[in-house]
Amino acid sequence: MSQKRKPKLAVWKFASCDGCQLSLLDCEDELLAIAGEIEIANFPEASRAVIKGPYDVSLVEGSITTPHDAERIHQVRRSSKFLITIGACATAGGIQALRNFKDVKEFISVVYAVPEYIETLNKSTPISDHVSVDFELRGCPINKLQLVEVLSAFLNARKPNIPPYSVCIECKRRATVCVMVAHGTPCLGPVTQAGCGAICPSYNRGCYGCFGPKETPNTSSLGDHWNKLSVDNDGIIRAFRGFNAYADAFRKESEIREK
Amino acid sequence: MQMLFGRRVKYVKSKTIKVNYLSRVEGEGSLYIKIKENSVTDVKFKIFEPPRFFEAFLRGRSFDEAPDITSRICGICPVAYQMSSVHAMENAFGIKINEQIRALRRLLYCGEWIESHALHVYMLHAPDFLGYDDAIQLAKDYPDIVQQGLQLKKIGNEIVTLLGGREIHPINVRVGGFYKVPAKRQLLELAEKLKKTRDTAFQTVKWVSTFTFPDFEEDYEFVSISHPDEYPFNEGDLISNKGLNISIDKYENLFVEEHVSHSNALHSYLKGHDPYLVGPLARYNLNYDKLSPLAHEAAKIAGLTKGCFNPFKSIIVRSIELVYACDESIRIIENYEMPDKPAVDVHPRAGIGYGCTEAPRGILYHRYNIDDNGMILNAKIVPPTSQNQKRIEKDLWNFVPGHLNLENDKLTWHCEQLVRNYDPCISCATHFLKFEIDRS
Repeated sequence: MSQKRKPKLAVWKFASCDGCQLSLLDCEDELLAIAGEIEIANFPEASRAVIKGPYDVSLVEGSITTPHDAERIHQVRRSSKFLITIGACATAGGIQALRNFKDVKEFISVVYAVPEYIETLNKSTPISDHVSVDFELRGCPINKLQLVEVLSAFLNARKPNIPPYSVCIECKRRATVCVMVAHGTPCLGPVTQAGCGAICPSYNRGCYGCFGPKETPNTSSLGDHWNKLSVDNDGIIRAFRGFNAYADAFRKESEIREK
Repeated sequence: MQMLFGRRVKYVKSKTIKVNYLSRVEGEGSLYIKIKENSVTDVKFKIFEPPRFFEAFLRGRSFDEAPDITSRICGICPVAYQMSSVHAMENAFGIKINEQIRALRRLLYCGEWIESHALHVYMLHAPDFLGYDDAIQLAKDYPDIVQQGLQLKKIGNEIVTLLGGREIHPINVRVGGFYKVPAKRQLLELAEKLKKTRDTAFQTVKWVSTFTFPDFEEDYEFVSISHPDEYPFNEGDLISNKGLNISIDKYENLFVEEHVSHSNALHSYLKGHDPYLVGPLARYNLNYDKLSPLAHEAAKIAGLTKGCFNPFKSIIVRSIELVYACDESIRIIENYEMPDKPAVDVHPRAGIGYGCTEAPRGILYHRYNIDDNGMILNAKIVPPTSQNQKRIEKDLWNFVPGHLNLENDKLTWHCEQLVRNYDPCISCATHFLKFEIDRS
């Protein structure tokens, strides 16, 4: 057996707010322990030093929005054994995918003071539209404990324990009274994947879908229920067009309601 | 072409300093400096972070979505975006929030300052002064110090989590107040921890003041918010040390944005003035008298007086603000009484609203035009880093000629450090590509 070498981790950024990679630095209690187990080989937000690839694990934040980035993601894939996308931008195109619903030609022609300075694609797309992805970690932002779970799963060659069920399960677990049933507050919880810990209902507001669609979501039924709570169709479309607007189930529901 | 710390640095007769991917800043930027026969001929602080067009897709969204949507501009300072947007909306609707909600917003902002400043001081900036690539390397030699920084950062995050629901993109801020307010008992537990943290912050000031600072001062125009009674966070007029004194609704009359080819963030300038500086150094110099006695004591121990014109010393100023933010948090908690309602009633109406607050990196301006139904007609957002871009370039123009005797790698590192003095948040700065759609 060869001597045990520390696995190499790289963090890559595409169009995003930096919040998901910040989650790694927000692991205040775990960070130095993590750094003891793995070699942080390429993480520009945190370090000047860059260790050459290939990397055992790459965390990819952000969506693809420029021709240059559409090329760059292939280089990242080639240099990574496992590629894990983190956050709503990387897994669904992010809030910037709202451009995908507009007539981009009109948009771009009128837009800038000097449009030729800008290079941008018509759509903001998730990483999995461009390269194969080994695991998608949801959230806007991701949950840092889930990040630690996914990293340790990959480093120990096991499946990450990231449940695909809805936010409702988390509400029940923390014994939060249902804001939709009890108070009539519109909530995306029934169609949204768990992971945040059902924070919003515990603060007396409805879920607004940060973790994207859960497995087998019944979006049309939820939309109809929102109608009964006096949310008009435009309001329902806006709710599905949030940070995971381009995730399949949410996108389809908003498009159906737009017709 | 030679590899230096993994990045390409070019050595030629007429020198070019190139850093293709600036590290320890938030977002994607690069640096390009051309030197010919001992004089600088070109400086470009380039931002290639892809634009995301927030101002465009805010159109047609409801006023109450602005705090959640704009917080996604920046994962490091989401509270700043939430604060500027809710104040702008309240301004448009003529809403007055009550004293306790105002205090809680200030506390939330303190949490963000602590989290953001601790991150920058310990993890992004200090390694420069001590010659390390990053805080992880630094931790190998100084584990206690890095641990101390992480704990400081953690308390900031705890404040944001308690008041906001989570540390990144908090969920509890709304136009008119909050969705839910904490009981005093919950805050008192935090206050106990904050007292220890305040000591740590004080030690931080002592620690960073022992660093060696390059000899470099500039005749800056500092711009910040100024409030008659307090160190600025959420409210006040805009002032500078060179005669500016306006209410925030006049911002766009005097501050103009310019689209340059080498940056995906608009450059902001003040009509008829040289490039100006926003952020901790500006706040400190313009509001020194409003700091708490303990923050004054920390400044005195660090050997800093009211006028600090050395940008490298911004790390000391940031640390002094850490002391202040801890102090102010404790004061707010001690005076807190849980309000009856978490938010005041909001009745949207057509109008224009302005908001300008002090993000950790400096003033963050929002303006919204709203229709009768509370829908956003258009939005303008000017973040601190886009305002500092020109000033960063000017610092480089003026710094390099006096330091050409340095080895290339050292000069390059100093130039990077000079950019990092501003704690630039490039993710923020890039959403501002002007996006005016002329529908006439």
